[in-house]
Amino acid sequence: MFGIIMQKAFGQRIRPAVSAWRGYSSAAKEMTVRDALNSALDEEMSADPKVFLMGEEVGEYQGAYKISKGLLDKYGPERVLDTPITEAGFTGIGVGAAYHGLKPVIEFMTFNFSMQAIDHIINSAAKSNYMSAGQMSVPIVFRGPNGAAAGVGAQHSHCYASWYASCPGLKVLAPYSSEDARGLLKAAIRDPDPVVFLENELLYGETFPVSAEVLDSSFCVPIGKAKIEREGKDVTITAFSKMVGYALKAAEILAKEGISAEVINLRSIRPLDRDTINASVRKTNRLVTVEEGFPQHGVGAEICASVVEESFGYLDAPVERIAGADVPMPYAANLERLAVPQVEDIVRAAKRACYRSVPMAAAA
Amino acid sequence: MASASSFSATKFTQPLPLNGATSRSHDKHQSFFDPLRTTPSSSSFLGSTRKLRLSSASKLKLLANPNRRSAVVAVSDVVKEKKAKSTTNLLITKEEGLVVYEDMILGRAFEDMCAQMYYRGKMFGFVHLYNGQEAVSTGFIKLLKREDSVVSTYRDHVHALSKGVPARAVMSELFGKTTGCCRGQGGSMHMFSKEHNLIGGFAFIGEGIPVATGAAFSSKYRREVLKEVDCDHVTLAFFGDGTCNNGQFFECLNMAALWKLPIVFVVENNLWAIGMSHMRATSDPEIWKKGPAFGMPGVHVDGMDVLKVREVAKEAIGRARRGEGPTLVECETYRFRGHSLADPDELRDPAEKAHYAARDPITALKKYMIENSLASEAELKAIEKKIDEVVEDAVEFADESPHPSRSQLLENVFADPKGFGIGPDGRYRCEDPKFTEGTAHV
Ligand SMILES: Cc1ncc(C[n+]2csc(CCOP(=O)(O)OP(=O)(O)O)c2C)c(N)n1
Ligand SMILES: [Mg+2]
Repeated sequence: MFGIIMQKAFGQRIRPAVSAWRGYSSAAKEMTVRDALNSALDEEMSADPKVFLMGEEVGEYQGAYKISKGLLDKYGPERVLDTPITEAGFTGIGVGAAYHGLKPVIEFMTFNFSMQAIDHIINSAAKSNYMSAGQMSVPIVFRGPNGAAAGVGAQHSHCYASWYASCPGLKVLAPYSSEDARGLLKAAIRDPDPVVFLENELLYGETFPVSAEVLDSSFCVPIGKAKIEREGKDVTITAFSKMVGYALKAAEILAKEGISAEVINLRSIRPLDRDTINASVRKTNRLVTVEEGFPQHGVGAEICASVVEESFGYLDAPVERIAGADVPMPYAANLERLAVPQVEDIVRAAKRACYRSVPMAAAA
Repeated sequence: MASASSFSATKFTQPLPLNGATSRSHDKHQSFFDPLRTTPSSSSFLGSTRKLRLSSASKLKLLANPNRRSAVVAVSDVVKEKKAKSTTNLLITKEEGLVVYEDMILGRAFEDMCAQMYYRGKMFGFVHLYNGQEAVSTGFIKLLKREDSVVSTYRDHVHALSKGVPARAVMSELFGKTTGCCRGQGGSMHMFSKEHNLIGGFAFIGEGIPVATGAAFSSKYRREVLKEVDCDHVTLAFFGDGTCNNGQFFECLNMAALWKLPIVFVVENNLWAIGMSHMRATSDPEIWKKGPAFGMPGVHVDGMDVLKVREVAKEAIGRARRGEGPTLVECETYRFRGHSLADPDELRDPAEKAHYAARDPITALKKYMIENSLASEAELKAIEKKIDEVVEDAVEFADESPHPSRSQLLENVFADPKGFGIGPDGRYRCEDPKFTEGTAHV
């Protein structure tokens, strides 16, 4: 592979990593997701010498997507380790180190490549605490960009949220904004269990407002809690990662048409915040789930099951599930666009749920 | 190290094929490698690399490892066998030379055009170009029969071209058009052509190696189990230096040797894996040595010299075809561009780039052909002109070709689309007219 999109993305905001943020926390109100991740890593590494970062190109190259920029210089090659291209090997090494009390952060250049390491994520990391009756906890973070990028074809455009979220013993997080990225990554690193941390390449360069609280080094977002990004009363839209942005756009469009949508940013795919989702559905009586991954056995399927189990009587319309098309990602740009959810798809589904007539979707 | 050099030193006792292009050494860096070698006069291995972090001490320890001796024997056996056979003076005939030249020019011109088209937004995603490495693709693939298979990586355009996939089909694929060799569904990193036995374009590191080994397995199976006695098809697996640190490489070396499979593992060692120097990633950077460790010959060859590559390739392919098992060939080469078109390529030393730029395999072949009166300047110019036209035509063709229709989105997921299951009307979804119109909801 591999692309590495940082030319344009980086450079637009070169903040000499993180040590600087405190300085302008009162004044600056914006941060890219990239900087949010970088600062979270930096702060956790500086707070705890047991934390180290390992992966391909995390050191001298400064990260394939520049998430680890500056960390090699600051912490040295003993704590920022460039590995050979051997996911099975270095992931297992990370797990072994975690057994012994270290706190590895394993970067996958993209989560697609975690498939070569999945044995260690599932077997060695997720199951050890249980198999050893609590003797072997595994405080490790597996992180990297997940899901579809653009134009990179079938093998490089895979969303792993539902795969990993189906496995007991793993915590699975998916940040959307800079606040999420900072707070969740810091929580993941401090967490005593293995955490799969799903970033999104196309969000790295996006800028979000951040409060002083978010910029504080003690800031953490609790694992397992969703965030209501926008309150509404007519329909609930759940989403995670990049799709939160789409859902918010859809909510704006819907608002103009008199539909008030509540947008839930899941943040945590496992544990799933069933309470927040169900409370919202009980209020709006309608649900649209959005994800980029495949529809079958997806995150939406789980949310739908939860709502059917807990709030069946409150539903005024069938649950609408927006997901990627049930095909490997095509390369051709026009097909690719058909294969991933678009804002219009969400708008259309929300209207259907609200029994507004919509022309028959030529959806794929 | 004695063995690495002994291969090149003993193998090519005939007139040196490419003037001034035979030495591997990058003098400035030679000292890095001295501790490794027992015959300091011969060419140095791996002209890379800045920021070498290996300590000489650990290298010396390795040298003392008795296991390495046995490895060396296996290689020199190959060398001896080869040496006895070489007779002629020139390494290539005029006709062969012209074919090889044309293929290399095609590879280069095609990739240069890809860069232009990428910047013009005609192709997208990750586009990895092959400039500088042409001698490897051409040197190997042009020796194959159509039935022989090639397995490649994300850096696959030129392997496809060498294997005979038309430039139009490759360019259209890159444009995401229906006339592409995968109808626009695969893209830059996933070239396939069953007709030409190009069995992928694999984007994951190491992934292609077992697949290639499986192709070689099928060739043996067809001969021995299905009694297709003349099935002597060979598979070539191409992959990079960085990939040689992945377990699948070792697993397959073992199985290929164990089962004597007709495969050649062709390592395109361009010294870098994105921004990771080979020397920083690999405990023993001499990749060819891993062959003997698994009981197959390992060969190190100058991958900037197409004639040397061809010599080695002939022998390795011949061995595979005769049923004598696999070979590991390490071709030392260099990519003239960044890892992909999105790579700023900031880590490679300009001096290193200049060193290899001066060893351009195309220039070297041209020089050899002219100096040995195998071709005139005009003949080679004519080839270059012809290829320019081929590439222009490919672009025009791709540009004018249609985009995939929306119905194509659901095609080819299964060989039998009944895999989409049964629809609400009780019939298979794929029988629903909306399915073929591309308006089905799946
Ligand atoms: C399993 C896996 N991990 C990581 C990557 C990302 N990646 C793509 S190319 C590459 C470097 C490969 O280097 P090398 O094998 O030397 O081949 P080259 O690109 O130099 O031809 C990496 C790390 C990948 N494609 N697959
Ligand atoms: Mg390489």
